[in-house]
Amino acid sequence: MSAKPTKPGFNVPWSEVVLVTGLIIAVLYMNSLSPAFLSPSNFFQITRISAEIGLIALGMTLVIITGGIDLSVGSILGLSGIVMGFLYTAGLNIWLAALIGVAAGALCGLINGQLITRAGIPPLIVTLATLAIFRGLALGISQARSFGNYPKEFLALGAGYAGPIPTQLIVFVVLVIAVGLILAQSTLGRFIYAIGNNATAARFSGVPVNRVLVLVYTLSGALAGLAGVIFTARVSSARSDAGMGNELDAITAVVLGGASIAGGSGSIVGTLLGLLLVGVVRNGLTLAFIPAEQQAIIIGLILLVAVLLNQVIRLRTGRG
Amino acid sequence: MYVDRGRELSIIFFLVLLGVVLAVFAPGFYNPKNASDILVNISYITIAAIGMTAVIITAQIDISVGAILAACSTVAGLSAKAGVPIPLVFLYSIGTGAAIGLINGLLVAYARIPSIIVTLGTLTVIRGVIILLTGGTWIYDLPANFRAVGTGNTLGLPNPVWLMLATLLAGAFVFSHTRWGRSLYAVGSNPAAARLAGINVERTYVSVFVLVGALVGLATMAFATRFTTVQSNTGQGFEFLVITAVVVGGTNIFGGSGTAFGSFLGALLVGVTGTALTFLHASAYWEQALQGLFILLAVALDAARRRGALDFGWATRLFRRAA
Repeated sequence: MSAKPTKPGFNVPWSEVVLVTGLIIAVLYMNSLSPAFLSPSNFFQITRISAEIGLIALGMTLVIITGGIDLSVGSILGLSGIVMGFLYTAGLNIWLAALIGVAAGALCGLINGQLITRAGIPPLIVTLATLAIFRGLALGISQARSFGNYPKEFLALGAGYAGPIPTQLIVFVVLVIAVGLILAQSTLGRFIYAIGNNATAARFSGVPVNRVLVLVYTLSGALAGLAGVIFTARVSSARSDAGMGNELDAITAVVLGGASIAGGSGSIVGTLLGLLLVGVVRNGLTLAFIPAEQQAIIIGLILLVAVLLNQVIRLRTGRG
Repeated sequence: MYVDRGRELSIIFFLVLLGVVLAVFAPGFYNPKNASDILVNISYITIAAIGMTAVIITAQIDISVGAILAACSTVAGLSAKAGVPIPLVFLYSIGTGAAIGLINGLLVAYARIPSIIVTLGTLTVIRGVIILLTGGTWIYDLPANFRAVGTGNTLGLPNPVWLMLATLLAGAFVFSHTRWGRSLYAVGSNPAAARLAGINVERTYVSVFVLVGALVGLATMAFATRFTTVQSNTGQGFEFLVITAVVVGGTNIFGGSGTAFGSFLGALLVGVTGTALTFLHASAYWEQALQGLFILLAVALDAARRRGALDFGWATRLFRRAA
């Protein structure tokens, strides 16, 4: 059991130390590969691309802390974009359509949560099935067409700037703070850790386990829905295959951030560091003209090495 | 030895129901050619699913099987083109899968990293290495003797179906009648108790990952041999098909239970629903959503049965009397 939720004060947060060290090495190395790397505009470029995966990873952090997993988020991203695009093309106001797109994501998450808590099917299985269903709905609704021609003020959400800052970075930062506060400071946050550590004990302590779980999956769905809307605004087209495989990227970031896949530990700061590390490595290697497939090898190896290091530290310090 | 046949009965019940609907609305579904097509289509899924069954019985998971399928297809395709004799191609393909499985297994057993993370990592690395080695190009013009493995018949049955049946029989026997097979259930139910009973838990973990890798290598010979090219993104989503077949087939995702025959039924359900929708003239665009819904329904029905909300007791009693 990790000591993180109780914060005894003198414990070194080793997983964060490993990550920050890795991040510093990555930044120094990338900078030596390409002088363009350490510029503000490049930093914002990294965050623009990382924001969608980041939104998904926020929800995934909560889900993984409860000891669950949500494989359907990539499909929800695709479905929300399609719902929005379909409604807008049918003549609805763009902002209303976007709102319904996010709500559709939340509804998908609600369905996941209800199936997990009421039907008693494990999260891995539920979200494996809904991964197919939500992607199938996106394909069915769109009939494999893509929806485009959005107004400029909407596209600004995905491609615009507020001063030097990309629009979605602001949205992302607001949500990071909100979710971070909920997780670290609220009763709901304590409940989430309690469920991940021991769901039965939590239930006997009076934690409304089912209600919290439904809420967590609904939030994960809503965040994936928002990511779908922002993705559509960034590439200015909604397609049914959008977000395919994003669930694995989000899980990578969360696990890099030190969350235990068995539940009970993890933090938003850790997830942010994990996201940043993946973003920095991808971007740095791209600037150094290293092709995407070699980047994949490096990111896969970083994931394995980081988890291995954490494991060694956990065994050494007796926090296993 | 008591085996819960409830899940297998649930699937058979569901398949019969689907069969009745098809008989009424699409009698054209029932013809030998279609049956043979379905069996060929699920053969490579079933072969890999039997390996995955062993992995999930021990309470582990392997999400790198799609990437392993791609690695084995690449090795098999390239060596066949280079004129390597077919039995050796089989060996190379199975060996490639087993070697990757060994890496997964060692990381899970001795580095103690959760298997979902290990295989998420290796899945990324393997795909990268494949593209790096092939330059992302497809492998064209596979030789005729290679394609004969996947498209030919022996004694009236397509070769991939023979491979599937052989794996199924071997798996069913090994899981229930060998010391190693029984140790899987012990490790999956309670690793600490299994260790006290004298089972080498680490070695068991390594062995199941080697097995699933080797069987994906074998599945490759029932898959890559059916097409004229090996695409660089081969096997994407394969892990989902295989895990779905195993889980729908009644293997508990938390370990300790599951059968080879159940996983075959799971793969059959996936294969039949896909084809049935075509025959029922469902729009191709809605097919994936409906198929997902069917699978969820099958799993939910079984969850309800386990909680006692649905009683299949009569069927179980009938089955026991017959057995």
